[in-house]
Amino acid sequence: MARRHQTIKDPAAELRLFRRRVTLLLVLMALAGAGLLARLSFLQVVQHDRYATASQDNSIRAEVIAPARGVITDRNGTLLAQNVSSFSLYLTPENVPDTAATLAALGRLIDLRQPDLERFASLRRIRPRFEALLLRRNLDDTEAARFAANRHRFPGVELRGDLSRHYPQGALTAHVVGYVGRVSEAELAQASAEQRATDSTGKSGIEKSYDALLQGRVGYQQTEVDAHGRRLRVLDRIRAQPGTPLRLDLDVDLQRAAQAALAGRPGAVVAMDPVSGHVLAMVSEPAFDPNLFVGGIGSEDYRGLLNNPERPLTDRALRGLYPPGSTIKPLMALAGLASGVATADHHVWCPGWYTLGNSAHRFRCWQRHGHGRVDMRRAISQSCDVYFYDLALKLGIDRMHEQLGRFGLGARTGIDLPGEQAGLLPSQAWKRSARKAPWYPGETLIAGIGQGYNTATPLQLAYATALIASRGRTPPPRLVPAPLGEPAAVPDRLSQVSAEQWQIIADAMHAVVAPGGTAFRALADAPYSAAGKTGTAQVFAMSQRADDRGRNVARHLLDHALFIAYAPLEAPRIALSVIVEHGGSGSGTAAPVARQVLDAWLARTGGS
Amino acid sequence: MSDWITAWRRVNVDWALLVGLLGLCSVGLMLAYSAGGESLPAARSQGIRVGIGLLLLLVAAQVPVGWLQRLAAPFYLLTIILLIVVDAIGAIGHGAQRWLDLGPLRFQPSELAKLAVPMMAARYLSDRALPPTARDVVASAALALLPVLLIAAQPDLGTSLLVAAAGLSVLFLAGLSWRVIGLFTGLAAAAAPLMWLYGMHDYQRQRVLTLFDPQRDPLGTGYHIIQSTIAIGSGGFYGKGWLEGTQTRLQFLPESATDFVFAVFGEEFGLLGAIGLLLLYGFIIGRGMNIAMQASDGFGRLLGGGLMSTFFVYVVVNIGMVSGVLPVVGVPLPLVSYGGTSMVTLMLGFGMLMGIRAHRKLWPA
Repeated sequence: MARRHQTIKDPAAELRLFRRRVTLLLVLMALAGAGLLARLSFLQVVQHDRYATASQDNSIRAEVIAPARGVITDRNGTLLAQNVSSFSLYLTPENVPDTAATLAALGRLIDLRQPDLERFASLRRIRPRFEALLLRRNLDDTEAARFAANRHRFPGVELRGDLSRHYPQGALTAHVVGYVGRVSEAELAQASAEQRATDSTGKSGIEKSYDALLQGRVGYQQTEVDAHGRRLRVLDRIRAQPGTPLRLDLDVDLQRAAQAALAGRPGAVVAMDPVSGHVLAMVSEPAFDPNLFVGGIGSEDYRGLLNNPERPLTDRALRGLYPPGSTIKPLMALAGLASGVATADHHVWCPGWYTLGNSAHRFRCWQRHGHGRVDMRRAISQSCDVYFYDLALKLGIDRMHEQLGRFGLGARTGIDLPGEQAGLLPSQAWKRSARKAPWYPGETLIAGIGQGYNTATPLQLAYATALIASRGRTPPPRLVPAPLGEPAAVPDRLSQVSAEQWQIIADAMHAVVAPGGTAFRALADAPYSAAGKTGTAQVFAMSQRADDRGRNVARHLLDHALFIAYAPLEAPRIALSVIVEHGGSGSGTAAPVARQVLDAWLARTGGS
Repeated sequence: MSDWITAWRRVNVDWALLVGLLGLCSVGLMLAYSAGGESLPAARSQGIRVGIGLLLLLVAAQVPVGWLQRLAAPFYLLTIILLIVVDAIGAIGHGAQRWLDLGPLRFQPSELAKLAVPMMAARYLSDRALPPTARDVVASAALALLPVLLIAAQPDLGTSLLVAAAGLSVLFLAGLSWRVIGLFTGLAAAAAPLMWLYGMHDYQRQRVLTLFDPQRDPLGTGYHIIQSTIAIGSGGFYGKGWLEGTQTRLQFLPESATDFVFAVFGEEFGLLGAIGLLLLYGFIIGRGMNIAMQASDGFGRLLGGGLMSTFFVYVVVNIGMVSGVLPVVGVPLPLVSYGGTSMVTLMLGFGMLMGIRAHRKLWPA
């Protein structure tokens, strides 16, 4: 190629120049390389921890595995609460492009109620974006199918098979077993991981008191996900621990017998094993279907239950406060014997009324014509009020308070159920502080026959009866047998009562169901020996609402019918209390109910 | 047998350089396998590219330097024509256009410029007495600037940068006076604001801004930087180990196999690996510069030096952008990034270098 320029080249000088420039470039390159290394050292050594954490956050996610809730069975293994599979809808905010639009579109396919949406909104505030949040529980088949057909329209929304609670016995065990409900928005922040994972928590009954045991433990799995939130593989899995199954000592058949015996009348039956203190039956009528509450009850259903004048939501066995009436007479007698103010032979003349000092007021016996001469046994078997007016006066209100308190009146029994009422066993001190008034002697008299300020729950009466049956050795009542709960301690608070004194009361209560006793008719031909006591309570405790009284006057004027009993006499295996609201007389209404319950239990368990 | 040996001896190969290149290609294959999600197909097609590249290298190495010198001008002209065609098609299609579709062959003319510009500049300057006169500087700068502008218009900032670097480095090696260097540095500094306002696309401005604060747009332009620095940083000193890079393999890092492959490398092999890789690049550049210095003529010297300088810019820009100190421009990590076009031009370049070595002066310089 011809040279077009007349330039004089100096090859040696050009080579030297080139070498200088190359050397310079190599130095620059080395500097740049050192700069890169400095940057990399900064990232990989100085800030390594920070980026290692960031990398972890990026790729590893913890997912919750919900545990199956423990089932609840009766003593024979009959299911009282179980888990059935159902469909639930979950939404993962991170994977949903426009949550509001998605919710709106979903709402056209599936019934999304306001509580669902509110709950979801609050979950969204407290849970990480990549977590699948429960939107709607218990989809019915139509809804599930409708969603499945439109699934492609809803990225980030998934249908999952879940377990939901079901109560096969329905209303029969509603008050005892209770029910689970949704973790409310208010509870959400404090809810345990288990409750959040299953979205349910025990709201009442056994479900509530043993919630922690029944919940089980949530499992976790560490899942590696990619930037799109797609699950790639499970790295580590801690299995969910299913909740502890609970086996109650309750007997569904006995429960059903008791419910049948009440025959639809509002009332309560509590039956206990006097040896173990375990509850065998606990009925409160009317009741409700607990299945309505699972996953959130509709407001219409709920209003219906709330406004029902017979108050099906109230557990009468645990919370119903009734004047114990004459059913406390055996306890009064024991109090008299134990404190030495009365003997079995001591007798009183009953003209049908009693006067206090030189007051003109006559405290009447229920037997208008009087019982004549009554000793302790006859006073109990025929329920003579005059005898107990006299005894009450001898004991005084404070000693009555102390002695009857030993049978558990006026205090919660401590049963393993929430919401128990304590009842009221009055004393001078109580009246001074609660009513700002002094105690009047007349009030002592009516307290002696279980009226006045006295109130007790059917559960307390059943427990007091069990204590009589066991001669003071029944542990406090419970539904779930120890050792799952705390071991039951046998109280020794009645150790002051001697064997002879126990025997006197047992004989007297046996006389109640013997010829001449107030409950003879109800238990006359029983194939087992029983002991009992009738009671009739003046109405005031269950009808607090004035308008209630006005509407249904006739029925509400009727007294509550009460009955306590235990059997067999020689080795008691069941002790019970029965209350039929506005049932009239204890002998006529409550005792026959008790008879059916005793029959159901003793016939089957071989009562002689 | 001895015939084979003599034949093989006649084949012109620089073994040291070849071993270094093969080292880089192996790293590339390992990362293709890893970044592709332990995908054998990805590694296999990368392997095929490496094979083709090596073949081209061997062929190019046999080409005498004189032929390259004579080919420089027509090759440059062809490149310019193709770039104009690509730009025209891009203008018609209202968008970025880097590819030329020739039936089954997809072809990127800007890649040709990476070879054509240093060849042309070396050819022009080596014809003249050095250091170049002002006129020569302007002329050779114009020769380089024409394709740079055409490529920048595509737009392809990364490649235009590399092509400009090729032209400038040839000028620098030819002895561009320090006064001119100072003048142009000053002009560039003055032009930067104007460039910012008028010469850049929005997305390019975004990338520069993002560099200073990746969090300003964590799901957009900052995403690459955030994710790649997390990947590199989480690798630590020793790295997580090959195939253990969760960050990249879980697709948090887009373009993990191509421009951002160094993030995979940094995560899996750590600082230790990065030092090794930089040393390997340093060795190749050093060896290449050594060959250039021993070239028998000015053209070989300038071409070899220019190619090595471009190669270096590749490395610095790529690692700098992946580690978050330079704006994100589309520059692959040479011979390691997954992809074919740059592999071809790089291998051709190294082939030319080996050709230059065959014509080195046999007397000690």
